[in-house]
Amino acid sequence: MFKDIFRKTKYVTISSVPAPRRLAPEAAPETVMIRKELPDGLWVKCPKCGEVLFTKDLEKNAKVCTKCSYHFRISARERLELLVDEGTFAEWDNDLQTVDVLEFPGYSEKLAEAREKAQMPEGALTGRGVIEGVPVVLCFNEGAFMMGSMGSVVGEKFTRAIERAIDLRLPVIIFSTSGGARMQEGILSLYQMAKTSAALTRLAEAGLLYISVLTDPTFGGVTASYASLGDILIAEPGALIGFTGPRVIKQTIRQELPPGAQTAEFNQEHGLIDLVVERSQMRSLLGRLLRYHQEGAGYGSAVRI
Amino acid sequence: MAQPLEFEKPLLELEQKILELQKFSAEKGIDLSVEITTLEHKAVVLKKNIYGRLQPWQKVQIARHSERPNFYDYVQLLFEDFIEMRGDRLFADDRAIVGGVALFKGVPVTVIAQVKGKDTKENLQRNFGMPHPEGYRKALRLMEQAEKFHRPILTFIDTPGAACDLAAEERGQGEAIARCLVAMAGYHVPIISTVMGEGGSGGALALGVGNVVLMLEHTFYSVIAPESCASILWKDPSKAQEAATALKFTAEDCLRLGVADEIVKEPLGGAHKDAHRAGEELARVLEKHLSRLRGEAPEVLRQKRYDKLRAIGIFQEKQRLDQSVSETLTNLDEDVKITE
Ligand SMILES: [Zn+2]
Repeated sequence: MFKDIFRKTKYVTISSVPAPRRLAPEAAPETVMIRKELPDGLWVKCPKCGEVLFTKDLEKNAKVCTKCSYHFRISARERLELLVDEGTFAEWDNDLQTVDVLEFPGYSEKLAEAREKAQMPEGALTGRGVIEGVPVVLCFNEGAFMMGSMGSVVGEKFTRAIERAIDLRLPVIIFSTSGGARMQEGILSLYQMAKTSAALTRLAEAGLLYISVLTDPTFGGVTASYASLGDILIAEPGALIGFTGPRVIKQTIRQELPPGAQTAEFNQEHGLIDLVVERSQMRSLLGRLLRYHQEGAGYGSAVRI
Repeated sequence: MAQPLEFEKPLLELEQKILELQKFSAEKGIDLSVEITTLEHKAVVLKKNIYGRLQPWQKVQIARHSERPNFYDYVQLLFEDFIEMRGDRLFADDRAIVGGVALFKGVPVTVIAQVKGKDTKENLQRNFGMPHPEGYRKALRLMEQAEKFHRPILTFIDTPGAACDLAAEERGQGEAIARCLVAMAGYHVPIISTVMGEGGSGGALALGVGNVVLMLEHTFYSVIAPESCASILWKDPSKAQEAATALKFTAEDCLRLGVADEIVKEPLGGAHKDAHRAGEELARVLEKHLSRLRGEAPEVLRQKRYDKLRAIGIFQEKQRLDQSVSETLTNLDEDVKITE
């Protein structure tokens, strides 16, 4: 049983961070980012318009179809490179390791596969960077890592990043792409929703900006926690966003969702998100929003943007 | 008499046999006391064997039992008064979540409870205990009032999960749940969350951000329904039994994992065997925790709730390993920083 885990001598297992832990910015372990290698294959076919696209052209266009503007899924690191001012990103908490605490069938194997596939130790990337001159704390889900699902490590990394943002008095941007809470860590995954949300309660009370960017796909426990809690909610065109996935809805209540349901545009029509923004426009939009929310930019201050 | 579950049948058969023998003995005037005593002894052993080591799937069956007491069955046992407040002021009144102001041992409290129906008609009305966004927004509205009027909040969880249909998606099910999480984390009043039956995923968690999380003995609190888990893992929903074991979601598991704080004892075989006793025990445990929490300062309550959430999650950390253990393990550090 999982209590045995506490007896294994090879690693130390930490079941908590003693809170409140006010981390000095210097205390944050930082690692330098590296470039992700280009994917294999010379060309891909656009799933929306069928156009055959050269990988190189697609890369140059931020993985957006040059013909129909279909947004291909991209990795956390690719997204990061599209956003931050060159050389400004310092990664945090890259040394957090997943524990198969429930000894869940097949989890260890899935983790190994995911690490290989995503070339990341876990499904979250967090750190501090600068976007168009404005310093910001950035968090990303990695979709290639078990569908971006949130277990203890993802929840902890995001929570720490938000807590550090409060200490550093920086705004936070989270890019979501996730199937939801990670089944293999059971109830612990479920409570990462509450943990990250509680950290966002504090961020809001500190008067700091939080921008949530929802990308394809964002579902389940992630939609039902941090992804929906931004002061500003932005989505990429065509991104599927919802609480319950269409397949589960069909299985559970035999309801077929109408075409276009749960897209970014559907969510915007129903008043659930502020903006649907093309990938190519994301950086400049975020830059403007960050500037308008900078400390001292509010009413009564002399600052002019 | 409660509808028996499959695993209870051997015991019920034995009890039936004892009854028949007693009747026979009385009618015919034949002394069967030796046989009866033997069987009664057997029944005691069987009872212990069945109820003493209930498997996760059996607990699921008890937690979902159609006769399991719901919130309304406990209302009179728990509260001197309960005034139900309805509606989210935005869209509708969701019947899967009930809320209001109640008097608990002389203390006004805000009560939020998920309620499943007792029959098909009521279940349709209450959507089988699966709340829509308006249910969570009603809960939020009432909890905001609790904060305003410094009233403790008692939440009661019993749902297979949040409603999953087009309407729920259109009205922002995710946002509705997320707002409950964020709000509860910020309150300055005591919050006690009790899992009374099914603790189904995000739909349950929305009411689960308590200073104290209680779980009735035969309940479960899970990230995913065992059937859904089985269909994802093994493409076979009928393997829910295995999934129930794998998910480690019983009250004991949740206690060990730091989510639940105390398990509330149920009568032998489950709360449905004796709702009155189950309710009395729940009231006793609730009062114990509430009187303790009422002694805490508002800011302390909030901080401790944050600390509780902050401590949930298990992982390894090389950095700290370095600091806290020994240098013999530093070679482990090297192969961890794969990004360098
Ligand atoms: Zn295209």
